[in-house]
Amino acid sequence: MNAAVATPSAIESAALRSDRFRLEREADWKRLETIVTRMEKGRLRGISDEDLLALPGLYRTVASSLSIARETSLDAATLGYLEALVQRAWFVVYGPRSSLWEWLRGFLGGGWSAAVRAIGFDILIAFAVMVAGAVVGWLLVSHDPEWYFALVGKDMAGTRVPGASAKVLHDTLFAPQQKDGLSIFAAQLFSNNAQVSILAFALGFAFGVPSLLLLVHNLAVLGAMAWVYHQVGLTVDFAGWIAVHGTTELFAILLAGAAGLHIGRSIAFPGNRPILQATAEAGRRAALVMTGVVLMLVVAALLEGFARQLVNETLGRFAIGGFMLLLWSAYFFAFRGNAGPRKARRRARA
Amino acid sequence: MSAVPTRLRRSHKDRMLVTPEGIALPVAVASRGARLGALLLDLLIIVVLIVGSTVALFSIAGGMVSMQDAIRSNSAIGHALQFLLIVWIVIMFLFRNAYFLFFELGPRGATPGKRLMGIRIAARDGGRLSAEMVIARNLLRDIELFLPIVFLLSVGADSGWAWLAATGWFLIFMLFPLFNRDGLRAGDVIAGSWVLERPRQKLEAAMSLERERTDESGAARKTYQFAEEELAVYGEFELQALERVLRENREQSIETVYQTIAGKIGRTDGWNDEKAFLEAYYTQLRARLESGMRMGRRKADKFSG
Repeated sequence: MNAAVATPSAIESAALRSDRFRLEREADWKRLETIVTRMEKGRLRGISDEDLLALPGLYRTVASSLSIARETSLDAATLGYLEALVQRAWFVVYGPRSSLWEWLRGFLGGGWSAAVRAIGFDILIAFAVMVAGAVVGWLLVSHDPEWYFALVGKDMAGTRVPGASAKVLHDTLFAPQQKDGLSIFAAQLFSNNAQVSILAFALGFAFGVPSLLLLVHNLAVLGAMAWVYHQVGLTVDFAGWIAVHGTTELFAILLAGAAGLHIGRSIAFPGNRPILQATAEAGRRAALVMTGVVLMLVVAALLEGFARQLVNETLGRFAIGGFMLLLWSAYFFAFRGNAGPRKARRRARA
Repeated sequence: MSAVPTRLRRSHKDRMLVTPEGIALPVAVASRGARLGALLLDLLIIVVLIVGSTVALFSIAGGMVSMQDAIRSNSAIGHALQFLLIVWIVIMFLFRNAYFLFFELGPRGATPGKRLMGIRIAARDGGRLSAEMVIARNLLRDIELFLPIVFLLSVGADSGWAWLAATGWFLIFMLFPLFNRDGLRAGDVIAGSWVLERPRQKLEAAMSLERERTDESGAARKTYQFAEEELAVYGEFELQALERVLRENREQSIETVYQTIAGKIGRTDGWNDEKAFLEAYYTQLRARLESGMRMGRRKADKFSG
């Protein structure tokens, strides 16, 4: 390293114009390199506010140095250094925001609901598919009760089988379960449901078809179970039992399936854009929705684990479920908030 | 950019990326080997974390003997165990889903595994790497990696077809990066991200300055002057080759290069002083080529006019 090069005499005595150019600017380059190196090592606290404020400006200075050097200098070492430095600074300046909380605030304050509205068309399709799935499940089982076991599976069905007495079925809805272990139950439910919805989203990669199949299957199970309860006249009670957490959970699964479908649709029909670009845009939007889905599933698991077991009458269950549905709908489709995470991002950079 | 510098060794990994300022930057796509290494390192770290936290929680719980009964019992110890179990379930979920997210959302854009391998993620379009991208590329990891692995482990080898299907699934996604030139995995396609090598390059002293400083240190040196037609024989490519030789500073290659150049321009006065001769030639050739550049005349190599 040539430490003492920046003295005026050294600049004047340099034989080549491109070397003078380099000596005049080297201090800025070195300063940027120091800041960038610190940030790469994760020592954000060691950087003074002054340096942080200067970072974007220094980045642009060095980037313009690179442009000039490319047109005027043939010093391969300098060019290579500048290119590497600009790239490193670009990583930092255009890297992810440093604060996750800042992002989260923008996300909750409008970014999430905006993303949900942006995939509105896919939500409609996914909703239609879910309704169709439930109807299919109902019709299949009413046509031939044997279907029930194909759909639901023996383990999961337990006592809830076609032909079970009204008393048994009533107990599955209202039996005073022991309240211990509810919290564990909720945590497991969340972990399981979150994994399923991530799956529904990720399967969108295969043109969205598996996402829809997953929706159909899940809702067919629901439809089949509804039919079993309908046979003994417990339709309303069953609906209440589902509604407590179902309005939140089914909404979340709906969004996850729609997000998967959104990606699948943009892979299959990218429109005028290049397919990779279309996919990436859809993927980012869907990822926002999915982050929200995981949050919704936390709420759903809490409702399922606690509220459903503790509130033991149909009317109360409907009240909770209806309130949640209203809340989510209002948040997604009526709440506009700020412009989403972009605004917060700009504030964070400034 | 009008001219992509010839000095860039055009390997199959080099790409041009245009920053929002409109500057074309040469970047190198991370090799698939480095990415596999990074993934294995990260998985190793995750496994260690999982095992560590499980062991820690169990030791807090005081061993797993009769835990089943204790959980069901309505005592204080039962509640404490319940709480620990919830913590464990949440931790497992986080390790599986949040490990990559947490690290790639940081300013370094790389998990510890990636950092050790000297690679990081970036936006493919040259713009900002956003949180949405990081989330999207890591949600896909679930079907690429964890789902088939969990499936394989749970099914085992006894069900032939399921095993085959899971292996096929796993291979399709694992081999995905082999079938596109940027080494994108499915998550990168969805997110619009890619994985690049982190550049490291120190600023080396300019060759043309070094000579002058050694002059100052006192050694009396012969100066060489080259005539216009002696400099006109070479172009930028040769200049950069010469720079490389001078920087490497190996006796033998300097000797060879001196022979070639002196032979070509027909001079013999640099005998036994090859390095100084070549440095002088380098400086003057660069001065000539650079002044040509300023006039808009570039000479790529010795063959071009």
